[in-house]
Amino acid sequence: MNQPIEHASGIAEQLHLEESATFNRHVIDYIQRAAATGLYEIRGLGAKRRLPHFDDLVFLGASLSRYPLEGYREKCHTRTVLGTRFAKKPIELEIPITIAGMSFGALSANVKEALGRAATEAGTSTTTGDGGMTQEERASSKTLVYQCLPSRYGFNPDDLQKADAIEVVIGQGSKPGGGGMLLGQKINPRVAKMRVLPEGVDQRSASRHPDWTGPDDLTIKIGELRELTDWQKPIYVKFGATRVFHDVKLAVHAGADVIVIDGMQGGTGATQWVFIEHVGIPTLAAVRQAAQALDDMNMRGKVQLIVSGGIRTGADVAKALALGADAVSIGQGVLIALGCNNSSYFQNGAHHSAVADYTALGTAPGNCHHCHTGKCPVGVTTQDEILEQRLQPAVGARHVKNYLRTLTMELTTLARACGKQDVHHLEPEDLVALTVEAAAMAGVPLAGTNWIPGSRVSA
Amino acid sequence: MCGIVGLLVKHQKHRSRLGEWMLPMLIAMTERGPDSAGLAVFTEPAAKGRRKVSLYAADRATDWIRLGRAAKAEFGRDSTLTVKTNHAILECKAKSEALRAWVNKKYPELYILSAGQAMDLYKSTGLPAEIAERYDFRHLKGTHLVGHTRMATESAVTPAHAHPFTAGEDFCLVHNGSLSNPFSIRRKLEPLGIHFDTDNDTEAATRFLEWRMRDGDDLKTALQKGFDQLDGFYTFLMGTKNQLALVRDAFSCKPAVVAETDDYVAISSEFRALAKLPGVKNARIFEPMPEEIYLWSA
Amino acid sequence: MERLMGHTVTFDLGKQPLRDLNRFLHGNLNGTQRVRVVNPDGAHSIAVGVNAPIEITVEGHAGYYAASMNRRARVTIEGNAGPGVAEGMSSGFVRVKGNASVSAGAAGHGGLLVIEGDASLRCGISMKGIDIVVGGSVGDFSAFMAQAGHVVVCGDARHHLGDSLYEAVIYVRGEIKSFGADAHQEPMTETDLVTLKDLLKRAGFKHDPRKFKRVASKRELYHWNADANQEY
Repeated sequence: MNQPIEHASGIAEQLHLEESATFNRHVIDYIQRAAATGLYEIRGLGAKRRLPHFDDLVFLGASLSRYPLEGYREKCHTRTVLGTRFAKKPIELEIPITIAGMSFGALSANVKEALGRAATEAGTSTTTGDGGMTQEERASSKTLVYQCLPSRYGFNPDDLQKADAIEVVIGQGSKPGGGGMLLGQKINPRVAKMRVLPEGVDQRSASRHPDWTGPDDLTIKIGELRELTDWQKPIYVKFGATRVFHDVKLAVHAGADVIVIDGMQGGTGATQWVFIEHVGIPTLAAVRQAAQALDDMNMRGKVQLIVSGGIRTGADVAKALALGADAVSIGQGVLIALGCNNSSYFQNGAHHSAVADYTALGTAPGNCHHCHTGKCPVGVTTQDEILEQRLQPAVGARHVKNYLRTLTMELTTLARACGKQDVHHLEPEDLVALTVEAAAMAGVPLAGTNWIPGSRVSA
Repeated sequence: MCGIVGLLVKHQKHRSRLGEWMLPMLIAMTERGPDSAGLAVFTEPAAKGRRKVSLYAADRATDWIRLGRAAKAEFGRDSTLTVKTNHAILECKAKSEALRAWVNKKYPELYILSAGQAMDLYKSTGLPAEIAERYDFRHLKGTHLVGHTRMATESAVTPAHAHPFTAGEDFCLVHNGSLSNPFSIRRKLEPLGIHFDTDNDTEAATRFLEWRMRDGDDLKTALQKGFDQLDGFYTFLMGTKNQLALVRDAFSCKPAVVAETDDYVAISSEFRALAKLPGVKNARIFEPMPEEIYLWSA
Repeated sequence: MERLMGHTVTFDLGKQPLRDLNRFLHGNLNGTQRVRVVNPDGAHSIAVGVNAPIEITVEGHAGYYAASMNRRARVTIEGNAGPGVAEGMSSGFVRVKGNASVSAGAAGHGGLLVIEGDASLRCGISMKGIDIVVGGSVGDFSAFMAQAGHVVVCGDARHHLGDSLYEAVIYVRGEIKSFGADAHQEPMTETDLVTLKDLLKRAGFKHDPRKFKRVASKRELYHWNADANQEY
């Protein structure tokens, strides 16, 4: 890049700027920060680097050989049932889009209430997180999935009975192999009490469950959860996407009703940057492996699959379903619908600029990943009494509900265009890939060819 | 992904009941391992100069009678072949290497599960109860045995991946847990002439011990070296001609429980597998300590 | 024959499914005051999630997760307990007359767990308010990430005791093989002696509280950047 500069004498000179791809600005900042602090960087959200993703797939809509449904008139069903394998009371949802587990602690109580309200209106479920169940969420959310994590923060017998389903969390996409994290500035009295921690400590959860390790002992743990709840509630098993094919089979063996796979684009409230960007595989690669594993065991339709990690649009939802998911789960997308990375927030009937607060964090709207600081300029990932007022439950609920509605409309539009009366009839053959990587990962042909690179799954 | 069982009877008079006492233990481990099962039993050793191999035909129809005749022709009229459906034990006046070579050459489609003087090995896919029925585990006799049930992930559940894994003569190992550096172990040992059949992490542990014992370490020393070189979580249960050995890694996240009486030592992943053993109400019941090696002699 | 004031119900796990036992315990107990579980034979998840002030006796050895998520019940295991006994308990009383396997009292919020014999590795892991009293010794990594509550060890403690300890306090009468990260011995205070005396009494052990050592957190791992080297 050449830029003219003015000298004091008035003679212009050209600047020759040559950035290194290996030691680019981002890497230079990283090294200089490491040199200054001797610490690893912690941040929120998910993998930010470019990865093969659902955008690299496109649908083969109807034409002469396939006939579409009328986009506005003919019914396209979205009803989704999860947990049919063993539970007496499976989860019945109106749409195949759920709200992913995010903790009260990472998020404010207002947000948890907004999510509950939105989900109830949209006919879907929310999920607790690495902190336990708040009364706001249970009261506002018609269908609530209760997570059982390695930390067991807030995991108690009373809330277990109140839950509609239980999700045993082995890991999450942003940090497979790592445990939860919440920094001291967010451990306020209420959070501290729920998690039984001293106020203000930097919480780092365990990465393994305290009372079981491995699929053979998970079998017994799932058995215990069923006995605890008289076999009524579905048991989900969630893990970050790594050795997906094997893990899904083991989870099925262990007795899971529903499997939740979270790809590397999945977000977090706080963890080491190095985890987020360098551990776990893209969601696109995970979906097909998981579906293949279920097919191999003849469990399609008996054990349901939920996929998460970078689900953003109706197209993403449709593609995940086509590749074999029964439902998707959204975390970051929902936070953005609430206002995450928005330049303003809505309070007392008016919009207020949040730009100065982003600047104070050293970032700008559209670039922020500073959930871990607790200083969320739009009041989403904060425990600060003032900041949390910037997200009013009623307003937030409306936004999330709108977002879910848009996703559902897009999903059914695409399904109808592919000739489907039910979104669950979408199949991999409705898709082709635009890149070789996406073709290989998703197991669909490169557009215009019948070539699927590589062997189908790792056995 | 596994259940393990081990049993050693202390008195001659109980050797005929080894299989009978073991059977409910193995069946109790079905939930931990519904896909395949294996068992190594240590019997009265073959006479001096004689060795035996355990052969498995999988799905293939095998003319065992013809094999028996051919063995007699090759190794002498005192060769014996004991057949149970798709499994057979061939015993001849020959060295182990000669027996292996002969089977590999003449019957390459057969799996050679083990070789030695005292050890018979059974492995197959299916529910433990089915396998036990097929090979009549109830009537097995011997001084001690090591068994395993497996939860599989590969599509084709073949006996190659089932435990016990064997090395050399009269040595077998079963494993509950997951090693985190099995590929490095394999890459280190293959250049030293150690042959691997699978990518299975249990095989990596077995070959590691095989290597150490080949170089002159006794089993205990070999296992101690394993504490540093084998990474991951494990409970190992091993059988040699005269002993049962049991060890857990430093974190001991995978279970193991031992019941010992004057009549037997019984080992399993869960106590409920031991609950029906005679006299278990008065047994000494304990769990192995991390990184301690327990040895019992037959 | 049922008595007016309550009666004893017996479940034979050799003949009846576990599900029946737990469902009964979760239901309307109709004045039942005592439940006997016979022939447990190492079954898992015996008497889990109970929420009633009832007496339960397990006549034999229990498998994994016995009396887990207990509220208000008094459970006695007349034998050994497998992994995770009384895990997640929030109130009530669980007594193991034999030994306990790994992760005894894991993540428990309240109540009292007494182990008359030895406890294995990770006793009290992730505990959040439960009190655990062990008549014998405890295994490696006991009180790992223990957040609140007390662990009383009348025998010895093995390696890595109290690794990543939070605000839970450990009292050890015998030898401590090694401390975990952030755990150390502190002097016993008068409050400790009173607390310990009460715990020992409730557990039914006759030991002199003054013979115990107090182990607590150094609190140096509470903030991850506590030891950060500064730039200049």
